[in-house]
Amino acid sequence: MRPSVWIYLAVMGLVTYAVRVLPIACIRGPIKSRFLRSFLYYVPYATLCVMTFPAILDATQSPVAGALALAAGLALAWRGASLFAVSAGCCGVVFVAELFLCR
Amino acid sequence: MYAAVLSLRSHTHRPALRAGARDALPIALGYLAVSFTLGIAARNAGLNPLQGFFASLLCNASAGEYAGFTAIAARASLWELAAITLVANARYLLMGCAVSQKFAPGTAKAHRLLVGYDLTDEIFGITLARPGALDPYYTYGAVLAAAPCWAIGTALGVSAGNLLPARAVSALSVALYGMFLAVIVPPAKKEKPVRLVVAAGFVLSFLASRLPVVSSLSAGTRTILLTLLLSAGAALAFPRGETAAEVQRNAA
Repeated sequence: MRPSVWIYLAVMGLVTYAVRVLPIACIRGPIKSRFLRSFLYYVPYATLCVMTFPAILDATQSPVAGALALAAGLALAWRGASLFAVSAGCCGVVFVAELFLCR
Repeated sequence: MYAAVLSLRSHTHRPALRAGARDALPIALGYLAVSFTLGIAARNAGLNPLQGFFASLLCNASAGEYAGFTAIAARASLWELAAITLVANARYLLMGCAVSQKFAPGTAKAHRLLVGYDLTDEIFGITLARPGALDPYYTYGAVLAAAPCWAIGTALGVSAGNLLPARAVSALSVALYGMFLAVIVPPAKKEKPVRLVVAAGFVLSFLASRLPVVSSLSAGTRTILLTLLLSAGAALAFPRGETAAEVQRNAA
């Protein structure tokens, strides 16, 4: 039998809270291992880029629109646009591109 | 909320609470928009608005929730869900370490437990940007403004996602990826190792989704494996410098 959605949500909530609170509650001094510190530093960038590409191509009705959104997002973020502006820019590009790509 | 109850007891914490809420207002507005698209992902995974609301209220995480919804949609096991949630949120381990260093000595443990509840990238950002030792009430103010918007936006996304035309949903569904790009690109621009990690991540992730054998693994498992591979590789090739404490010790 498949677990109910509420069980799934409870697991997500517990794991997420544990990840956040354990270091805050337990660590009083700086982490010693240089490898571990470096490893932790790179984790967010590795996860987020792997989750973004190629998934963004499948998120839109047309993969071309997804690719254009990726290009626009990279360019906007590179130029220092805010989180909200990059996000909105990607949406705008897809909205306009699919006017032509999807009928 | 606990924070609100505490604030009623002590008037001295009110300015910090108010300052936090004010600083988090733009964050809250952004959350409302981005969590709406997260709600669309929750809807695709079969969640109802109430479940979407509680998912966001419990997790407060864009990438983590998105990864979780993907796992739920794929009927993953609870162990796989836990592993994916752990990896997608692993960056909070590091942020938690940073926050742990900013508490004034002697701060009550309850504060440490509460501040951890909504330690998102943005709340973390404004919490650490505030000069001096961490004032938990400032963080609580920010959380009181931002967390409800995140949860309500998700519920709205689940319930209203199907009222929008397909093209609008298609456009909104890239909002999360835009948010991810806004997090990874600025440090990639500044630091060559991060740039290499991101470039290698794009290439390997694309290959992993197309190559035989590897592509038959679930997207969540591929994310875990590639994250471990890329981060360990980068940590070996480009170890980070000393911590501030080590620099002080070595200089002494």
